[in-house]
Amino acid sequence: MLIIKNLHAGIEGKQILKGLNLTVNAGEVHAIMGPNGAGKSSLASVLAGRENYEVTEGEVSFQGKDLLDMNPETRAREGLFLAFQYPIEIPGVSNINFLKTALGEIRAYKNLPPLDAKEFLALSREKQKLVEFDAKLVNRSLNEGFSGGEKKRNEIFQLAMLEPSLSILDETDSGLDIDALRIVSKGVNKLRSEKNAFIIITHYQRLLEYIVPDFVHVLANGRIVKSGTKELALELEEKGYDWLKEEKEQEATII
Amino acid sequence: MTQQPAIPLFEEVVNGYNNLSASGSAGQESSDLRRARQTAFDKFRLLGFPTIKNEDWKYTNINRFLKEDFALDGIVAEAGAPVAAAYPKSLVEKAAIPELDCYQLVLVNGAWSGEVKGGPLPKGIHLLSVAAARQDPALSAWFEKAEWGNQHFATLNAALFTNGLFIRVDAGAAIEKPLHVIHVFTSDRNVLVQPRHVWVVGKNAELSVIESVVSSSGDTKIWANSLSEINVQTDAKVDHVVIQVSAPGTRLVHHTTVRQKKQSLYNNYTFTLPGAELVRNDLQARLEEDHTETHLYGLYLAAGQQLIDNHTLVDHQKPHCFSNELYKGVLLEESTGVFNGKVYVHQDAQKTNAFQQNNNLVISKKATIDSKPELEIFADDVKCSHGSTVGQFSEEALFYLQARGIGEASAKALLINAFAFDVTEKLKYPAVETYINDLISHHIPVAHA
Repeated sequence: MLIIKNLHAGIEGKQILKGLNLTVNAGEVHAIMGPNGAGKSSLASVLAGRENYEVTEGEVSFQGKDLLDMNPETRAREGLFLAFQYPIEIPGVSNINFLKTALGEIRAYKNLPPLDAKEFLALSREKQKLVEFDAKLVNRSLNEGFSGGEKKRNEIFQLAMLEPSLSILDETDSGLDIDALRIVSKGVNKLRSEKNAFIIITHYQRLLEYIVPDFVHVLANGRIVKSGTKELALELEEKGYDWLKEEKEQEATII
Repeated sequence: MTQQPAIPLFEEVVNGYNNLSASGSAGQESSDLRRARQTAFDKFRLLGFPTIKNEDWKYTNINRFLKEDFALDGIVAEAGAPVAAAYPKSLVEKAAIPELDCYQLVLVNGAWSGEVKGGPLPKGIHLLSVAAARQDPALSAWFEKAEWGNQHFATLNAALFTNGLFIRVDAGAAIEKPLHVIHVFTSDRNVLVQPRHVWVVGKNAELSVIESVVSSSGDTKIWANSLSEINVQTDAKVDHVVIQVSAPGTRLVHHTTVRQKKQSLYNNYTFTLPGAELVRNDLQARLEEDHTETHLYGLYLAAGQQLIDNHTLVDHQKPHCFSNELYKGVLLEESTGVFNGKVYVHQDAQKTNAFQQNNNLVISKKATIDSKPELEIFADDVKCSHGSTVGQFSEEALFYLQARGIGEASAKALLINAFAFDVTEKLKYPAVETYINDLISHHIPVAHA
């Protein structure tokens, strides 16, 4: 589904991703962990098409198409979804209108007829229930005055509504208390299928107790330095990230 | 007398005034009214048309609009028998607000045919054409006020007006359905049209009026110089929406003076959309007695080479009055916006609460906004605040919307609507709010933004 080859990217002349490789297949959940400043969120931004990032080398293929060639809205319409680390508040745009517009444009792109008001409402109700999203929040202005937890749950609600094939969760667990974490995880687990895939970016192992990944990757200094199964996450939790630095230094000494 | 030989319109109005006096049209008016006309005209001759040397017109250069020839409209019309000119019906359809239960009437170049759609008017409200009202000895006094100071266009109107709409609401009458007044401006030659409107809303009465300004597009230029006086008596409540959607080729200059008596409430919502090349609104709220409440909301969306200028004045004369003002502007393409918000608190006006806010979204590199809050406070126990901002689209918000599959064009439209929301949400009727939001979406030429 997603093949990243030798990706180099930076922001304002500062190189952040330095030759990143990653392959994600349908039905898989990948966790990307790593110390602060390793480039985790930058990876999410580059994949979603944030304008201020510049890709200097490498390629990204998404479902056989060149992802880097697309603008952000086309990426979303092709089935890529980024759950933001810091969802934006937009007063004056109602949550439901926003979703209706988004879904309408995605369906038009796929040559699907628009949902009528009744169908949309039914879909919205079904997904609210699925991810336990408060109906009262649906009609409010987009994220305006939402608590940190409510914003993150809104991201998952949007994910449920738009049914992307690849979802990137950028530190969705940050700022969540244990109950919110449980609800968000439950939602994601319900949405997991053989047809879609998830990339979960997180600093802590905690989230991975609820959403069990198929693969865990360690991102450090702009590259994936270690890959493994969920046991790797436990090892990281126990040892922290410092040993990575040591290993790297040793590596450097050997060379 | 100011010599303005380069301005053909100046000569035209001088001739027009002489014709008006000679035609006898003014002859049936009270001597006081004729004197008020003379005073206003003398004042205008002194002032001439404004230039950028006048502080109130510093950012609004109307020179390029004054180069054309304009004929004075309505001077020879027979008094008391106003004949509404033919006009494109599509203009009225465009101005009609879907799903709004209202009384609708149409004024063509200031003349009203007497027709009202939407059922017979309820008891307590009286409508009359100004052509008739100005010759009625009982109503004449309403036209005789001469308090236009150095307002160039208001004095010109006060000297030369012939038609318009007179609205009177009896004391205690609450008019439940809104009145929708559609001002159509149309002509097959360049004209200066000068309607004058007077509303008198009696004690404890309630009135809601929506005014739409539309004009036909074509090669001819229409200069509409309107003057409105709104008298809100003790305990009365007035809700007033103005929607300006006129066509290119139109120049709108609109002066509104609101006089508020004790414990009265006046709400104004002014929406100016792309179209008319020049729009200048002067809105002055004179709080003549204590415990009044005033809300002024404005939204201007300027495009093309349009110049939209909103000058407001809230004149706190007496104690315990509350005023709140919020004007928001969106400047597209090569447009220019001007906002000047003056709040004057007299020494006598203790316990005044006066708030003012002007926010602007400048979308294009070639668009400009001049925003100027002006506070003059002579009382010492008051709460007053003002703020002015100029900004661009939030890149973060735009990216968030695009990351959900919403194209750049729709995303910008959503954000502009959201920006306008603070103003549109204040509207009393949801049908009007929907209509305005649709107008905004329709007028966002995103490709050029």
